[in-house]
Amino acid sequence: MDGSAPLLEARGLTKHFRLGGPFSRRLLHAVDDVDLAIGRREIVAVVGESGSGKSTVARLLALVYRPTRGEIRYRGEPVAGLRSRSQMLAYRGHVQMVFQDPYSALNPVYPAAHGLLRALRLHRGESGRHGREEAAARLLASVGLTPPGEFLRKYPFELSGGQRQRIGFAQALACGPELILADEPVSMLDVSIRLGILNLMAELRDRDGVSFLYITHDIASARYVADRIAVMYAGHLVESGPAEAVLAHPRHPYTRLLLAAVPDPRAPAGAEPSDEVAEPPRVVDPGQGCRFRPRCPYAVAECARLTPRPRPVGAGHLAACHVAEADE
Amino acid sequence: MGDALLEVQDLVVEYAGAGRPVVAVDRVSLSLRRGEFLGLVGESGCGKSTLCFAVAQLLLPPARVASGRVLFKGRDLAQIGERELRHVRWREFSVVMQSAMNALNPVMTIGAQLRDAIAAHERVAGRDANARAAEVLRLVGIDALHLRSYPHQLSGGMRQRAMIAMALVFTPDLIVMDEPTSALDVVGQRALMAQIKGLQRRFGFAVLFVTHDMSLVGRYSDRLAIMYAGQIVELGATEAIFAQPRHPYSQGLLMAFPSISGPRQHLQGIPGQPPDLREPPAGCRFHPRCPRVLERCRTQAPPPCAPRGDDLVLCHLYTPKEAERGRLSTAP
Repeated sequence: MDGSAPLLEARGLTKHFRLGGPFSRRLLHAVDDVDLAIGRREIVAVVGESGSGKSTVARLLALVYRPTRGEIRYRGEPVAGLRSRSQMLAYRGHVQMVFQDPYSALNPVYPAAHGLLRALRLHRGESGRHGREEAAARLLASVGLTPPGEFLRKYPFELSGGQRQRIGFAQALACGPELILADEPVSMLDVSIRLGILNLMAELRDRDGVSFLYITHDIASARYVADRIAVMYAGHLVESGPAEAVLAHPRHPYTRLLLAAVPDPRAPAGAEPSDEVAEPPRVVDPGQGCRFRPRCPYAVAECARLTPRPRPVGAGHLAACHVAEADE
Repeated sequence: MGDALLEVQDLVVEYAGAGRPVVAVDRVSLSLRRGEFLGLVGESGCGKSTLCFAVAQLLLPPARVASGRVLFKGRDLAQIGERELRHVRWREFSVVMQSAMNALNPVMTIGAQLRDAIAAHERVAGRDANARAAEVLRLVGIDALHLRSYPHQLSGGMRQRAMIAMALVFTPDLIVMDEPTSALDVVGQRALMAQIKGLQRRFGFAVLFVTHDMSLVGRYSDRLAIMYAGQIVELGATEAIFAQPRHPYSQGLLMAFPSISGPRQHLQGIPGQPPDLREPPAGCRFHPRCPRVLERCRTQAPPPCAPRGDDLVLCHLYTPKEAERGRLSTAP
């Protein structure tokens, strides 16, 4: 085990899906050549629009999909080397997932804590029912569901969206994870509930040292909770860096567009937005070149010829753009 | 208010159930002037969509209007017959539903659906209907080529814009929009809002825009109505509410959005969760979550009061003295 290695690291991560029938050669490039590292006790936000490949990244890291190319290393060890059931179980215990839709993520015919108790038996070897229920109650309290005894017996239909999502986090925590992959955990929740979940993530990081990969389309919430931000567009990672650096000095034109599109409640009478009609990019057999170029106001001839690779534009700050300039 | 296009007066909508009926919209009054953009903001289950459906006379059992009136151009929509209502609906006011995925027929082309909507309300020749369909599609920035496309061939944003095109076929005076952008991501949302605003400027229709996202309408709406647990708890000019929200719920909603500028600050959101409308809390419905709760909030429902012009706040913090309260509740 390498002490200096990041907790989880992806290099050249690529996932293509075949489209059409068994003889079709059309490939959907969901994720292309993504480098990403998540440190200990760190929240990394992956921001992008729908179809940008951000959820695919989470599923690749959770080993739901097998990557087309590229490598995932956990504590410096390649996960492709995990073979036995016990190794896989250990990895899945360390790297947990929380899903977007708390309404469909819980089985409606079991009490909401069912998955939680199951995870405790599988991953912590808690064999006694009493011990499991005690551990479950502690976990429920740690995600703010009090009194925990009451929530142990409730069914999903008796819970609000925010409470269900907290159950999702408790379930992930039951395995004693070091990293939680949270795929849009607040987008289905009401505005007044969202902050509670974001604050819970920050609290789990600060108190329990859990790292998070926070997948979102809301760059303002990414700034609120994340230490680092990675911006994805059409399967490419276009910009990454410390949250404040990316927000204050966005280098990629797409990050700028994304920031300009955020309605800022503190400044409702801002500049009139452009009339640009956003269209999802073409990622079926895309070929060479920057995928943002059809929408980019700064595109040059080179952008159509060469796919830009991430290059440093500041301290720990990378942008994949031919035109982007570094900090002075 | 002589120029009111739409007036909702003390509207109560109930859902009949096994026990007592659930009151989803509770004594709501609001008015919309010609060409006005009113944002109706609230969380899921607050009754905002039910209010929309009641305005459009689209409620289905078990929902029913228990009392109150909806006046459109001075006419009580509940009193006019179904035949006349059919004439008014869509030609004079139209509705854009929340989910374009479900509101469009998957086995009919966009063009056929637009022609259908036209033919249902007006006798026109097929060729003219087609020309009108192409025209409204172009208005929302979709190439007329897509008249022959099926809904699944369009992106989410295009489908949503096709729904808006359908609402525009007769250039109505009022368009009711029920969360038309909620299926889109930020960039798409913003583009659609700008487009709606542009069309509104051009054709002068009024918009009743329902959303759960206050920051989305902040830039576009003239006035805001904040709804909580079936009631409008604050109503006023958009800038005034953003600059100085009165109701603690509005204040909480505004503080619930992390900002992308300024210092990173810790935000609390609103503790607790919206009440179950089957058993609304006694007194003020917001009191269990309110950071500024007073003793009387727990027992007495706050009367409507107007600290600023024709605005409205439903909160004991702004309740004037008893005498004044009597005068205000009888004022129009």
